[in-house]
Amino acid sequence: MSTTVTTHRPRPTAQPTTLRARRLPRYAAPLIALAALLVAAGIVYGTGIGGPVLVVVVAALLYLAGLFAAANAVEGRRAARNRTWSALIHSAFVLAVLPLASVVWTLVSKGVERLDGNFFGTSMNNIGARDPNGGAYHAIVGTLEQVGIATLITVPLGILCAIYVVEYGRGRFSFAIRFFVDVMTGIPSIVSGLFVLAFWVLIVSPMVNDGRPGFSGFAAALALSVLMLPTVVRSTEEMLRLVPAPLREGAYALGVPKWKTILRVVLPTALPGIVTGVMLAIARAAGETAPVLLVAGGGAAINVNPFENNQSSLALFVYQQAGDASKYSPARAWTAALTLVALVLVLTIAAKLLARRNRLGR
Amino acid sequence: MGDTPQRSAHAGTGGITVATGHEWAAGASARVAETPGNPRTPVDNGMGGGGALPRARSFGAERAFRGLTLAAGTAVLVIIAAIAIFLIARAVPALRANTENFWTYEGWSPNEAQPKFGIGTLAFGTVLSSALALLIAVPVALGIALYLSHYAPRRLGTALGFLIDLLAAVPSVVFGLWGRDVFINPVRDFSAWLNEYFGWIPIFGGDGPFGRSIMLGSLVLAIMVLPIITSLSREVFLQTPTANEEAALALGATRWEMIRTAVLPYGRPGVIAAVMLGLGRALGETIALAMTLGITFGVSFNLIQNGGNTIAANIANAFGEANDTGRGALIASGLVLFTITLIVNITARVIIYRRREFTESAA
Amino acid sequence: MAKRIEATNVSAYYGGFKAIENITLTVEPKTVTALIGPSGCGKSTFLRSINRMHEVLPGARVEGNLTIDNQDIYDRDVDVTAVRRMIGMVFQRPNPFPTMSIFENVVAGLRLNGVKKKSILEEAAERALRSANLWDEVKDRLGKPGAGLSGGQQQRLCIARTIAVEPQVVLMDEPCSALDPISTLAIEDLMFQLKDQFTIVIVTHNMQQAARVSDRTAFFSIEKTGDPGRLIEYDNTQKIFSNPSVKKTEDYITGRFG
Repeated sequence: MSTTVTTHRPRPTAQPTTLRARRLPRYAAPLIALAALLVAAGIVYGTGIGGPVLVVVVAALLYLAGLFAAANAVEGRRAARNRTWSALIHSAFVLAVLPLASVVWTLVSKGVERLDGNFFGTSMNNIGARDPNGGAYHAIVGTLEQVGIATLITVPLGILCAIYVVEYGRGRFSFAIRFFVDVMTGIPSIVSGLFVLAFWVLIVSPMVNDGRPGFSGFAAALALSVLMLPTVVRSTEEMLRLVPAPLREGAYALGVPKWKTILRVVLPTALPGIVTGVMLAIARAAGETAPVLLVAGGGAAINVNPFENNQSSLALFVYQQAGDASKYSPARAWTAALTLVALVLVLTIAAKLLARRNRLGR
Repeated sequence: MGDTPQRSAHAGTGGITVATGHEWAAGASARVAETPGNPRTPVDNGMGGGGALPRARSFGAERAFRGLTLAAGTAVLVIIAAIAIFLIARAVPALRANTENFWTYEGWSPNEAQPKFGIGTLAFGTVLSSALALLIAVPVALGIALYLSHYAPRRLGTALGFLIDLLAAVPSVVFGLWGRDVFINPVRDFSAWLNEYFGWIPIFGGDGPFGRSIMLGSLVLAIMVLPIITSLSREVFLQTPTANEEAALALGATRWEMIRTAVLPYGRPGVIAAVMLGLGRALGETIALAMTLGITFGVSFNLIQNGGNTIAANIANAFGEANDTGRGALIASGLVLFTITLIVNITARVIIYRRREFTESAA
Repeated sequence: MAKRIEATNVSAYYGGFKAIENITLTVEPKTVTALIGPSGCGKSTFLRSINRMHEVLPGARVEGNLTIDNQDIYDRDVDVTAVRRMIGMVFQRPNPFPTMSIFENVVAGLRLNGVKKKSILEEAAERALRSANLWDEVKDRLGKPGAGLSGGQQQRLCIARTIAVEPQVVLMDEPCSALDPISTLAIEDLMFQLKDQFTIVIVTHNMQQAARVSDRTAFFSIEKTGDPGRLIEYDNTQKIFSNPSVKKTEDYITGRFG
């Protein structure tokens, strides 16, 4: 007897004794779902506390609990956890798709109502509460001008800034710039609107404007620039960093000065990526309402001069029409929203496709 | 055995081939070489000419260009500083004129002869609605991001990921319009139901009317920031090194365990950044909340009754009829919002930078 | 602690592409078996089919019969995670979990299996690190990030992580191809010690290495690009390197091909 006594100590082994594992049968999951649904219906209708929506919600919770219990009993804890998390992750997806699909559906179904030539050909000038007509021509003009000017300001500034950070900047100062560009990404659009209001509309422009506050499309463009700048800098920065070092070194080795190397070799290589970043920034700026509301002032008539007098924009048009009491305004708001989304999406899709086609590195 | 270096040599060129695939890379040297016509290039730039090397010029295109980029870089800092300075400059006169305590007064009437306005209720509403929105959106967003990166079939994942990216680009005014016209109906029903059965809990109490409530605002906010957080997190999750995922699987991890061991720890800084960015968006969101909240003044945790307000929504609502003091008051409130978002952002960035240094030094 | 692996007519696919065809071989317990052959001949694919890592890639599948001590690895009722716990794997590039410390890396597998007690984990970590010849180098910095080690140390850390769960078989997919000669030597020594406990299958591009460490060698090859890889010859290492029976093997070994 005593000879069999060894110093064998149980080791913490993770080894399974067999490869086979007990599995829940395929029909288990639907069965549990069905049972959960029946029980939920019983509870909800039995107590009369709600309708079909509540049944689904309760059933989903019961399903998760039931699935975990069944899998835990048959397959063990690890498999049960795996199944439950998998179910949770799938349901998160379904949960989010519902409202987002609703947004898209409403946008399209309500938006097509006023999708006519009149909408794109007229402004809201002299359109009263009882007028079914009226359009967004002036708003489209405003959006295009404001975003265009903002792009003209942002693109050179942003690219130069990124070049400094990537190619020249060293040490703390460059780090500070990178850091604050990141921080700037998070500045709320309304704050940039307030900034331009305080700086341009109320202080600078009254100097040339007989002391009157200078609401204008240009002011809106300034506010949008503040919002676009960090996006442009960051995307340019990332693209410049992706340009392979041998390319630069090849040019240096030929005796080409650094600035020329940057302008003629590095920038063109990174160009597609930069264009993508710029387009995404434009798409975001085009959808901004708050800064335009604060500094462009809105307006019902067509004003093609961005430097003087109030201007509207598509996003602002949506907001103003949504707040209007006329029974015709919701239709105008939805159609403008559809137009705006279409504009933004075309830009975004084009940018993404461009990015996909010209993938540098990675 | 001669294989190994050969292989690595191939791997090395592999990186460059990507670049040479670009029409520029190959032609780059040629292009640069064919620019002697440029008058700024000295003709005898010491190419094998012997004698002393040309001395660096103290002024030239190089310096000018460098200075230009430096100016652009400095502009960012100047803009941030200018935002703070100009907001303060316009806010101070209004704050001086305020006859009530700016921090505690519950109300907003800066346009009267005796201006009265307080930021307390607005800041409270801002924080409450953003916190609720994130509470709802973050788990769901992470779930979707994991679904897209690790559960869905690859094609479907890519396609849906693209769709989510597009939704992230939808302007907030559209979400506001949808919340006001469509989403309010189910939320009103749900609020009434909550009130009937859970009315004894203060946050679901009250006698109505329901609908344009903190709940509607927060839900709309949640739906808005959802694509942003999802899109960023998905990207981070996809970047998890396959080697690490395979290491976990090879240890016998289930899919969920693989995600917990390899994907989530790797993606944590990115996810924090995504959430913080979402928080920044939520805190500063203006139009969607101006369209869905009840716009009242008062500190209340009631989620379902008409009411709620935020700093940004109040600016959009009150701006139209604001006089000079009114504008100053709104700018003062914007300054508070700016400070809040600045703190949130800087915190987030510090977390990310620290984290990045840790992983970079480790790698 | 070590088991026999038998493959019968194993073919593996990536979508429509057939990577290996009709591989039949037996890996004896407590031996080192080397898989050699030119690039793209399916050595790694075969290796990955053994612990079902092949199917991790989208569209990848395996046909034929693979057993470990007569248990079918690809049986419908088999738990994949159990297979992988039984058959551990070390990869081409060292891949410690970047967010984990050295200690956490080693015990990651045990933690997955629900081992929580600190003392057990510490004991297991020390045992695994000692087996991987890494203990003396890292015992003072177990809390430091695993990614901070040198390449060779990282690879030994990964080996420690793999053997910490005490598998029956250890698969190694070109474990030294990313390492310098000294680290390579350390790992080869390690393999020599480990084969007392484990069955080891190693894929290598380095024929000297195969000759040094393995007991048996399998030579894989392909006719031309796009064709599936086939097993050309499988024999004792000495036989393969001194007197192969197939002309193709000889050509490859003497460097006339591949």
